[in-house]
Amino acid sequence: MKFGILVNEGPFTHQASDSAYQFAKAAIAKGHEIFRVFFYHDGVNNANKLSEPQADDRNLVELWGKLAEENKVDLVVCVAAALRRGIKDDILAPGFRISGLGQLIEAGILSDRLVVFGD
Amino acid sequence: MMEEDDFDPEVIKRFMFVNRKAPYGTVYALESLETVLISAAFDQDVSVVFLDDGVFQLKKGQDTTGINMKNFSPTFRALEGYDVEKLYVEKESLEARGLTENDLVVDVEILSTDELREIMAAQDVVISA
Repeated sequence: MKFGILVNEGPFTHQASDSAYQFAKAAIAKGHEIFRVFFYHDGVNNANKLSEPQADDRNLVELWGKLAEENKVDLVVCVAAALRRGIKDDILAPGFRISGLGQLIEAGILSDRLVVFGD
Repeated sequence: MMEEDDFDPEVIKRFMFVNRKAPYGTVYALESLETVLISAAFDQDVSVVFLDDGVFQLKKGQDTTGINMKNFSPTFRALEGYDVEKLYVEKESLEARGLTENDLVVDVEILSTDELREIMAAQDVVISA
């Protein structure tokens, strides 16, 4: 099955991004395709390469990037939501790209299922 | 970014946007409305639902001067111009907050939880915040 994923929360205050990451990883392991992960609201903070969690904590920004690199997953950050929160190209973590909300609607149209992870 | 022209016009999915949060206090309502407006450009079958505290988003007479936030409720009146005409409000949510259809800034269809459940189950894509 082809999945689209929407992540509505940042990597630390809420578990939503962790759940989305675990879901994506499990889906890929089962042979499914992740068409795109779209980051909206505070979800855009998942793409901040300046993020430095403590050494004994998981680093979701890096984990998303690794998932994208190994499985060619398209990680898209909403430009409007990102700009308000100071997420710009120069602090964008590897594996992510910035684009418009149309990419979310497109993911809804072209995926078999769109799964929303939020608060 | 792909333009709407790149899509097969025969692929029309049922998109439902679910608003459950109050208009101010968090950014979800404002940013979710932006998603609804963008979706209108893709010629999909779009509906918007208001339930729980989300019904307050449509309340008439919002005055946000005291909280230094933009009052975005007039934007809901513009949805019709984007051909977004299916606006549903959950009856139980309205009643629990002492509101009626006359308190809302736009014409909506009032549905019971059971009716809403059926419509929701028939969607292809449900986006909530």
